[in-house]
Amino acid sequence: MKKARVAYSGAIYDAVEKEGMLQLHDGRLVQEQDVVWLSPVEPRTVFALGLNYADHAKELAFNAPEEPLVFLKGPNTFIGHRAETRRPSDAEYMHYECELAVVIGRPARNVARENAYEYVSGYTIANDYAIRDYLENYYRPNLKVKNRDTCTPIGPWLVDTEDIEDPMNLKLRTYVNGKLTQEGTTRDMIFDIPALIEYLSSFMTLNEGDIILTGTPEGLVDTAIGDEVVTEIEGIGRLVNTIAGDNIFLRTDNEKAVIDR
Amino acid sequence: MVNVRIRTMQRQYEVSIQEGEVITTPLDPPVTGTIYGALLNFKGALEVLGDAVHKAPYQGAPKAPVLYIKPANTLIGHRMAIPVPDDSVELEMGATLGVVIGKTATRVKEEEALSYVSGYTIVNDVSVPHDSIYRPAIKQKARDGFCPVGPWVMPKEAINNPDSLQVKVFINGQLKQENNTHHLIRSVARLISDVTDFMTLRQGDILLTGVPENAPLAKVGDVVRIEIDRIGFLENILVHEKDWNWGGRA
Repeated sequence: MKKARVAYSGAIYDAVEKEGMLQLHDGRLVQEQDVVWLSPVEPRTVFALGLNYADHAKELAFNAPEEPLVFLKGPNTFIGHRAETRRPSDAEYMHYECELAVVIGRPARNVARENAYEYVSGYTIANDYAIRDYLENYYRPNLKVKNRDTCTPIGPWLVDTEDIEDPMNLKLRTYVNGKLTQEGTTRDMIFDIPALIEYLSSFMTLNEGDIILTGTPEGLVDTAIGDEVVTEIEGIGRLVNTIAGDNIFLRTDNEKAVIDR
Repeated sequence: MVNVRIRTMQRQYEVSIQEGEVITTPLDPPVTGTIYGALLNFKGALEVLGDAVHKAPYQGAPKAPVLYIKPANTLIGHRMAIPVPDDSVELEMGATLGVVIGKTATRVKEEEALSYVSGYTIVNDVSVPHDSIYRPAIKQKARDGFCPVGPWVMPKEAINNPDSLQVKVFINGQLKQENNTHHLIRSVARLISDVTDFMTLRQGDILLTGVPENAPLAKVGDVVRIEIDRIGFLENILVHEKDWNWGGRA
């Protein structure tokens, strides 16, 4: 089943996909363009992986890590499907990252890799934008690069585990304004899903609703204001996002907005 | 008078405490929001790194606040136990002032920043000691029970100047560390302003202003007590993780 959280007609609803439409939990069938898409899971503890695809590590001139390179994200950074992400006026290199997001279904502590999938409730797509201009070498990648407001679109659907036969064999693709710019497969992860659950749960408890963003393959390009960025994963869906500038985001700060123009 | 959260028969209650009352029962943490910490925000903590900041892998002193997240699994309250992992002998006791946010804060100006604060609390940002701060220290900082907070949130009206608070750490009654928030590189207001420049803080979120240099170490059986002027003290005992139950009661 494909599940979503949406705002519609003045309230927030759980919804499921039905006949190409959304069925709200009160039974109403609505068109997908008539709702505001929210993150399919309310983010609490969210992990993300750096350099988890060998080709991407090479692209960034890094050796593949010996231990998973994990960082955390706060709830502020997440936005839903069909939303806008801010590109600040001083950014020179801001790229998308198409990532398979694994949602944890129940508390997990000291889980062996052979049991790891029992702790997964489903999958979704995240676009883990990075603004490389702000990279510094302390707790890298630092939050100013990876935890900015609006910089992690997620969704549209939470797809149940049983609907995905092999999550380690899914094609990932990113399109910028309709043009294919990134292509890879989850087969190429350095630390696969069971390894990540085993690793994280070896030193901390994972809880229901925690999310692991599993990293991105090569094929990153700079994005521009107005670009439509679609991150797509086979069997899970297409997550659409648009890049917007400070003329939209700094409207409340009149003085600054004028300077930026 | 302040409010604390206690748990009994699986339910949480909020109780008012009068000045001078002694709390002997474990308390629930007085907060539920996201906890963001600032690394290297004490002048002394940056000085300890010395020339290393100009060399590989750092290649320069930090410009933006160096932030990290203490996730939900780390949160415990006053008088709950801190679990010592099987592979560690001693843990770092990271005494820090916790700034509790009172309303949604986005791109807040430094002059207005303190009006976004609802109060202050005491936090022990526990870590497995680690020398390198090049990569995020998830395995060292995000373990279960590694973030005692409490005992309460002191309303901001009780604290004239958050940038002039004495912080003391006692282990088994012995004073091990003493510092003052006037040694912060970014003041409380400046930190709120610089952080909210790129990420929104919401009501109930906590910003840790920084751990002073030379954080003391503690081992199984030790009782650690962090005192901050005008707020109170936060006390926890360290137990081996095999003797630890979820919720932090030994």
